[in-house]
Amino acid sequence: MAKVGSNTGNQTAERVYSYYPGCSQLATAEEYDVSARLVSRKLGIELRELEDWICCGASAAHSTDHWLSLALPAHTLKQAEEAGLPLAVPCAMCFSRLKFALHELENKETRDIVSHIIEKELSTAVAVEPMLKILADESLPIPVVKPLSGLKVACYYGCLLVRPPEVVKFDNAENPQTMERLMQRLGAEPINWGLKTACCGAGVAFPRLDVVLKLSYRLLSLIKASGADCVAVACPMCHANLDMYQKDMKAKFGEKLDLPVLYFTQLMGLALGFSPKELLLNKHITNPLPMLRKKELI
Amino acid sequence: MSRIGVFICHCGTNIGGVVNVPEVVEAARHMPLVAFADENKYTCSEVGQSSIRNAIAEHKLDRVVIASCSPRMHENTFRRTVTAAGINPYLLEMANLREHCSWVHSDARDATSKAIDLVRMAVSKVARHEALFPKQIGLTKRALVIGGGVTGIQAALDIAASGHEVVLVEKEPSIGGRMAQLDKTFPTLDCSACILTPKMVDVAQHPKITLLSYSEIVDVRGFVGNFEVDILRKAKLVDYEKCTGCGLCWQACPEKIPSEFNLGLGHRTAIYIPFAQAVPNKPVIDIANCRYENYRRWKETEEGEEPPQCRICEGVCPTEAIDRTQQDEIITEKFGAIVVTTGFKTFDYSVYGEYGGGRYPNVITSLQLERLMSAAGPTEGEVLRPSDGTHPKSVVFIQCVGSRDDKVNRPYCSKVCCMYTAKHAIMLKEHDPEVQCYVFYIDIRAGGKDFEEFARRAQDETGALYLRGRVSQIYQQGDKLMVLGEDSLMGRPVEITADLVVLATGMEPSENAAEIAQTLNISYNTYNFLIEAHPKLRPVETQTDGIFVAGAAVGPRDIPECVAHGSAAAVKAVALLSQDSLTTDPLISVVDPMKCVGCFACKEVCPFNAIEEQVTRDGRTISSINESVCKGCGLCVVACRPGAINLRGFTNQQLLSEVLTLVGR
Repeated sequence: MAKVGSNTGNQTAERVYSYYPGCSQLATAEEYDVSARLVSRKLGIELRELEDWICCGASAAHSTDHWLSLALPAHTLKQAEEAGLPLAVPCAMCFSRLKFALHELENKETRDIVSHIIEKELSTAVAVEPMLKILADESLPIPVVKPLSGLKVACYYGCLLVRPPEVVKFDNAENPQTMERLMQRLGAEPINWGLKTACCGAGVAFPRLDVVLKLSYRLLSLIKASGADCVAVACPMCHANLDMYQKDMKAKFGEKLDLPVLYFTQLMGLALGFSPKELLLNKHITNPLPMLRKKELI
Repeated sequence: MSRIGVFICHCGTNIGGVVNVPEVVEAARHMPLVAFADENKYTCSEVGQSSIRNAIAEHKLDRVVIASCSPRMHENTFRRTVTAAGINPYLLEMANLREHCSWVHSDARDATSKAIDLVRMAVSKVARHEALFPKQIGLTKRALVIGGGVTGIQAALDIAASGHEVVLVEKEPSIGGRMAQLDKTFPTLDCSACILTPKMVDVAQHPKITLLSYSEIVDVRGFVGNFEVDILRKAKLVDYEKCTGCGLCWQACPEKIPSEFNLGLGHRTAIYIPFAQAVPNKPVIDIANCRYENYRRWKETEEGEEPPQCRICEGVCPTEAIDRTQQDEIITEKFGAIVVTTGFKTFDYSVYGEYGGGRYPNVITSLQLERLMSAAGPTEGEVLRPSDGTHPKSVVFIQCVGSRDDKVNRPYCSKVCCMYTAKHAIMLKEHDPEVQCYVFYIDIRAGGKDFEEFARRAQDETGALYLRGRVSQIYQQGDKLMVLGEDSLMGRPVEITADLVVLATGMEPSENAAEIAQTLNISYNTYNFLIEAHPKLRPVETQTDGIFVAGAAVGPRDIPECVAHGSAAAVKAVALLSQDSLTTDPLISVVDPMKCVGCFACKEVCPFNAIEEQVTRDGRTISSINESVCKGCGLCVVACRPGAINLRGFTNQQLLSEVLTLVGR
């Protein structure tokens, strides 16, 4: 964890990051962005949004053009490099693309070609860190005002946050624990389940919704059977698939799931005393408010 | 004046195909002191060797140069040839025209010119050779076998059968090794215990075998024929002279500890024998877990709460065999030969997160399944799930766990897993006809007598479904395990609901294999498997004379191979012990006592501890070479500042004359 800036008291930021929201966080996953910024400020983390960040290319770029899939994140990486701060990334897909680019740019020949494309000399001297790692840092005190007692949470990491291990170098690819430990610190009870890093179906939802329904249902049914009250996620794509299609799943598989899917930052926000409105808890398709009320958390 | 004979070999076309041999012969005829030169198609053949003997007699030759292959290949052969013709074997020099010339060059002219130079150098060197004579040393006619698995048992029995004394050292309380843990053996399905336990009993009863169980090797000194070994005898706290093995103590002991022999699937007591057929059939007290030993430790400091005192075993023992005064003890024994059979352990699969890494109770290893199948095992032969004790109906086997996988640094094939998994599929079906087995494999490697037929039987007769592909994930759903994998022949993902998953964990060397190898000064590879002197032609010998290796300590092997290698090592050890004295190689270092200043720089560099201190009659302390220990590596020669040390057969004068000849002086 990088420590930048002067240490001048509790509320003054001593942890400063460049911040790359990513496109989803301006639209469907607005609540992830909003809650991440709120929680960061509360914990004394300063996020400085990059001025001219662009799309990471997501799955579209690397499935069409290899060089495009490197040049798009390279543009953003170059700005982070110039800012001279570690880069905080909430979205798992953005994180994955930036890490892949860094990994590929280790190769001098590749780096020269990409530098030529973006017309800027690149280095690989920039730290890219997922928001989850930054906020779950155990050396960072969390001033919990409303412990999430009695809340059983299924932590779901998805494919990209911890894989491939040699590229992202974050937690364990098969049985990650970062989010579980964070939930414990918030007073919640993480459940033990086996598909934490399995695929939700991701962007296949557009051409083949049936595939996504099958894969996402497999996750949610296992979570439901494991007795969880809600799902915590760190990826807007996972969130969309798990949150939006629960009605379709009921129609197809006959099981009423009614499992709220929340960003881990929203759960942090609740514990830190922010209101459901501030955390945009009303934006979810599967309404989490009745469950939270029942648990007396709001 | 010397009369040197030079013999140039064509080695078929190996040398003759590149080097112009007749030209080399012609050049040799004109070299100083050469009385005769000739060529041969194959010098090492009987025809070639007899032509050398005839030439020696006919031309009254007294030194010989043979220009052929590497001396590593045939120097000993040709030493015998010249000895038969009445010449001292060390008045022979070889020029390597094959590995050092024809095999590495393609230009015939240059190669021929180099060949002539090599022969010229050899001629100038051999002219300065002296007749050398080997020495005879005595030996201890006793063998040490390290490791009491089936390999060590076989080696010990075979050496003892030849009439020589054997000491068998085993670190566990009982011999038997991994084979004792198996239920049945492939491909005949005979009962492992039924064929092993009689051998174990033979070891215990053989008058020539001393069994040191619960003991380890600490240090090894000396050399072939004359090893001195320190052996740690761990305190058993039971007097084996008094103990009758009646079993009252271990039936009465209240402490329960997960059984190592049953791989955590059952319990043993603190005073215990590892399994019912153990040899020796007498218990040891596990000092770390014994209640009274805990109390004794507490008594020393009296810190914390007072633990219970127990001592029930002492109360029930009818012969008063419990002896709390026993201490660890190191004994020193002499041996002429050592056989290392330290065996293997199974790969620790916890690095495979996708298989749960140990999180799921119903994911077990194949060796654990053996214990479940064994009538003497924790479930008395009923295959029951560890989680709830029910009979599994759907069982998934995963092959190559810790084998053929670069990701976990185990690229080698463990060789036995395909076969034992086939055995498990057949056996499970016999235990319970309702069982459906699935086997995920990479390839079926069933090379061996009756092996392929056996593997086919698993597929054809028991209905086990063989799926070629890897498993990507296992997760728990209710009380079932969901196994996600790929069927790469059908090209599609598969999902199997399993009651039990069995991992075919690969073989790796025992925990302290590298440590023992270092103590013995023998080589081991990056996976800690021991390295034999030659993988094909000297499979049970090592680069250290008098130390032999056998069994799965050398590489993944099945039982018949281990037994065969155990016997092979025994024969080598017996061949050594059957001699009345050993012949030492005279090509070793000698110290000129007039030149030595006693700085002992030689002692610093000697890797074999061959340099000893000696006081001369005029009171100087100088170095002296122990001729039995010196290997003739020559390091001391280089380290010696006053130039007092010379290596026989490679003296400074001999090497210098080669160099001067090469540069034309």
